[in-house]
Amino acid sequence: MCLSRSSFAIFAAVICQYAVVVAPAQADSPKDPMNSPMWEDMREAFIGDASYQFDPRVKVIVPEVVENQAQVPVTVDARSLPGVQKIVVFADLNPLPHTLTLSPTAAAPFISFRLKVEQATPVRAAVLTEDGTWHVGGKFLSAAGGGCSSPAMARNKADWSLTVGNTRGRAWRQADGLARFRMTIKHPMDTGLAKGNIPAFYIDNVMVRATSGKVLAKVEMREPVSEDPTLTLMVRLPAEDRAIQVDSHDIDGNEFSSKIDVGWKQSQLNTRELQEMHP
Amino acid sequence: MKRRASDEVFVGPWFDRRKLLQSAGLAAGLAFLPMFQVDAAPLRYGLKPLQLDAGVWMLAGVDEAISSDNGGAIANITIFDTKDGAVVVDTGPSKRYGLELDAIARQLTGKPVARVLLTHFHPDHVFGCQAFASEALAAPQGVVEGLKQSGEDFASAMYYLAGDWMRGTEVVLPAKAIVSGHEDIGERRFRYVVLQGHTPCDLAIFDERSGILVAGDLAFLDRAPTTPHADLKDWHASLKQLGEAQFSRLVPGHGPSEKDRRGLVQTGEWLSMIEEKITEAFDRGLSMTEAMAIPLPSWAEKIALSRYEFGRSVMHLYPKLEDALWPRVDTRSN
Ligand SMILES: [Zn+2]
Repeated sequence: MCLSRSSFAIFAAVICQYAVVVAPAQADSPKDPMNSPMWEDMREAFIGDASYQFDPRVKVIVPEVVENQAQVPVTVDARSLPGVQKIVVFADLNPLPHTLTLSPTAAAPFISFRLKVEQATPVRAAVLTEDGTWHVGGKFLSAAGGGCSSPAMARNKADWSLTVGNTRGRAWRQADGLARFRMTIKHPMDTGLAKGNIPAFYIDNVMVRATSGKVLAKVEMREPVSEDPTLTLMVRLPAEDRAIQVDSHDIDGNEFSSKIDVGWKQSQLNTRELQEMHP
Repeated sequence: MKRRASDEVFVGPWFDRRKLLQSAGLAAGLAFLPMFQVDAAPLRYGLKPLQLDAGVWMLAGVDEAISSDNGGAIANITIFDTKDGAVVVDTGPSKRYGLELDAIARQLTGKPVARVLLTHFHPDHVFGCQAFASEALAAPQGVVEGLKQSGEDFASAMYYLAGDWMRGTEVVLPAKAIVSGHEDIGERRFRYVVLQGHTPCDLAIFDERSGILVAGDLAFLDRAPTTPHADLKDWHASLKQLGEAQFSRLVPGHGPSEKDRRGLVQTGEWLSMIEEKITEAFDRGLSMTEAMAIPLPSWAEKIALSRYEFGRSVMHLYPKLEDALWPRVDTRSN
């Protein structure tokens, strides 16, 4: 999705209407616990007419303070929910709400990443389960805090083309048998909305595979994912596999491949411990 | 710099300021969360001086994060009386604070402010400078450079965090550069020690007459240290150097002034603790939000803003660890 300047103006106008006239919710639809003026709009865009419920089993974890609005760490954890097909992450009040979509084909319904925000906003995950129901969780991200970090990004415009696609990462075998990996791919992830007429330019597709080629997870990313996307995922990697294959491409057709070795260090991390961390 | 209206929000990763003001997203946000209350009553810090010694006072910052409730008055400010006028260390978060500080310094000493010293470039310490004559303002060159580079961004962030308290505040660069050594002002000899670690340039000031050491943000006490521009190794080295000095009383950048070295010791212990905890979490593969939730030692949990600052430090240190410790895994690097 590449939003042109004129379509942005229309988009903005639409938001404006909703800011003034909050569309009345249908009598039988669940009430947004965060009471966002944008909820109905979000529901229409991401859930449509399918049935949905607000569900505490969908945990969205954000810091209590935004230190750098260009790099806000977010974790979505739906591991308490069985039969997850898809996780759609969005931020109601971002200029472009849709952030990413995870299809955890053979993976835990869990993702950590970093998000750009413009202002305080609900950050939500809509999780589709096998029965066709959407489960929605969210957390209000207060943009106030920190105050000492420079919000401006120090990217050297001439430099990025030399390092774009450079990837660093590491993987761990967890006690529960899942392989956890963390990785960061150098990429400007330009939104197309910043000053200086820089067009949108971002990685839109990340495929995670086993050595056999079997797809373990797919992440569709959008403009709000931070520069140099940094992901944490947990995949069901076959026990004999020694590496996770990650292939991604950006909207200009650049392709990036990486291979992350698994098993050179076992994490002491166990699943229960992680669950306890996120009460 | 143009930033006068209180309804402006700082430059984000999405838009420039003007575009943001026209954007409806902002309107939606403001309708949703009124971040800037329109206050009829004029805001006042109501500064209360605490006497530390003959002719030495401290204005204590509150142990809170910067907010529109406290107007950003979270850092300690020190005032010295000399025959040649008042000497003020750090100027607080806003023009309004600076004006109140100038008034209280004149009232306490009966003289105008002869010298204003800045310990480092952080916004809660430098944005009251407008209230003083520019030739009175002095700081090490590194502090001036930091302000040149980040001052505007800090100002924007402060407007966003503290709101109307910031009205009229602008970045002011000190005219006089300080180097390590001493300066006599009236009957007092001030020793300047230019160090680093909390930021790339931190000034500590020792007043020989009272024996008071003003450590700036190299020392925190019972309030968790902040690390947005920290180099932990340099910070430890600076603490060691300050620890070797003889002083009668320590004024930390945040937290109470005491006659012992507790501020230096606790700051060092906190920095060692966060480095150990964050490195360990990173090594186990925790993401940032997971690392922010790990337990801290009970002594550390008791410190004001410990969880808040620990979370911030995770955000400061993680990207450095990712860069330094993860191997390249892209196929073309093989
Ligand atoms: Zn500081």
